[in-house]
Amino acid sequence: MSHLLTDTGIIAGRYIRQTAASKLGLVFGLLQPLLFLVFFGPLLEGLHLGGNGDSWQLLVPGLLVQLGLFSSAFAGFNILIEKQHGVVERMRVTPVSRLALLLGRLIRDVLQLFVQSLLLVLVGVALGLRAPVAGVLLGFLLVGLLAASLASLSYALAMRVGSPQEFAPVINSLNMPAMLLSGILLPMALAPGWLDTLSRFVPFRYVVDAVRDAFTGHYTDGSLALGAAVAAALAVVSLGLGTQVFRKVGA
Amino acid sequence: MPAAIHTAGLTRAFHTTSRTVEAVRGIDLTVEQGEILGFLGPNGAGKTTTLRMLTTLLPPTSGTATVAGHDLIADPTGVRRRIGYVAQSGGVDPTVSVREELTTQGRLYRLGRSEAARRTTELAEELDLVALLDRPCGALSGGQRRRLDIAMALTHEPVLLFLDEPTTGLDPGSRADLWQLVGRLRDERGMTVFLTTHYLDEADALADRLVILDDGRVVAQGTPTELKQRHAGSADAGLQDAFIALTGRRAEREAEHTPVAV
Repeated sequence: MSHLLTDTGIIAGRYIRQTAASKLGLVFGLLQPLLFLVFFGPLLEGLHLGGNGDSWQLLVPGLLVQLGLFSSAFAGFNILIEKQHGVVERMRVTPVSRLALLLGRLIRDVLQLFVQSLLLVLVGVALGLRAPVAGVLLGFLLVGLLAASLASLSYALAMRVGSPQEFAPVINSLNMPAMLLSGILLPMALAPGWLDTLSRFVPFRYVVDAVRDAFTGHYTDGSLALGAAVAAALAVVSLGLGTQVFRKVGA
Repeated sequence: MPAAIHTAGLTRAFHTTSRTVEAVRGIDLTVEQGEILGFLGPNGAGKTTTLRMLTTLLPPTSGTATVAGHDLIADPTGVRRRIGYVAQSGGVDPTVSVREELTTQGRLYRLGRSEAARRTTELAEELDLVALLDRPCGALSGGQRRRLDIAMALTHEPVLLFLDEPTTGLDPGSRADLWQLVGRLRDERGMTVFLTTHYLDEADALADRLVILDDGRVVAQGTPTELKQRHAGSADAGLQDAFIALTGRRAEREAEHTPVAV
């Protein structure tokens, strides 16, 4: 266990230093949700969008989930690049814990997402977002859990496939419908019945609803608990799968 | 003295939906401590698969192996602690500095922070990398990159070093330097070296003993002189003649380079 913790720290440290050295990547990763926030957010001001809270309390949580969804789904690209350079193989010949190779990367991903989320919320506040601090932190926690799950699946897929050409189409074809059916930009309360029903099969919807409730301070009306349960279940399944792949691939 | 590597019936099959391919078919191999073993064979002979099994990257389908005193199947972590591995494609991130890569490698082998830093300095001095320590790995030349790969593999002072086609793509000068380095590792540290190569002059000059693999099986083994005498008719013949006689094919890349004297 102590080896696992030490190894995870070493791997996380390596990737955090790498990410910190590439500030451009941090900013560009944030660009798309920022554009939505600045150029799309003002269009919703004053509109009745259903559910609790004002338009900023609906949009910012959605954009946080979108940020988590996209950044973590494509996390596996890093592994593909490292595989091409032989870095993954080199590390796998050392006694480092296989699980640490996954957990260290996930810690970097969640930390990076936290910094980006903080920036996004601060810009949101400048534009008119008002939300309780505890709710925002709770929202970060849920998005972090979701991101860790998806990044874990993304890494597992990247360990299995041979090239970015195989990887990208899988991620793209899953990510876009997942985003549209989660009510990230507008709540699914506005959707016609069939679309609303369809979206209930997408787990991310519950996380989006839960983060929205956290941002409006509605902690006890059930959807926050449901979203947290879905995020936790997703994390258990994804981390389990990721761990299995990291342990088994190669040796 | 126990062998550095001992395998019995080592086999690896790959299954696809339509067929099963036996890449390595029951290899029995013994590599003595302090020996430089040249592992040769045409493309697809099973060299890389064998190497990947012996370095714990690929589990064997059947057979047994002891590597550096540890059972390959029962104790892969024990094997990893005692071996160094230089892959053909290297294994460094081009965006990361030489110092960062060396230090991280030391940490992955469970050296403490200060010990890993000390070892980085030591290896940089030994392999002439001091001036390059703060450069990104991507800025190094082919020869410098290879020295770094070897330094990474030596971080934890392994007893057994696996080199997978270490001189591919290097200029003649860098190849000569690398040959000298490998010789020094054996002579000064008593390190066992398991070397795969397509360059027969390299195998001839460096290896104490050669194992020739074809179609997943060992087809011959012995010293370079023995193989030439046995399969090419004379100790003065080229190793290429023995290789052709054994495998029916020329060694790849033979014509791509100029032989270099060590």
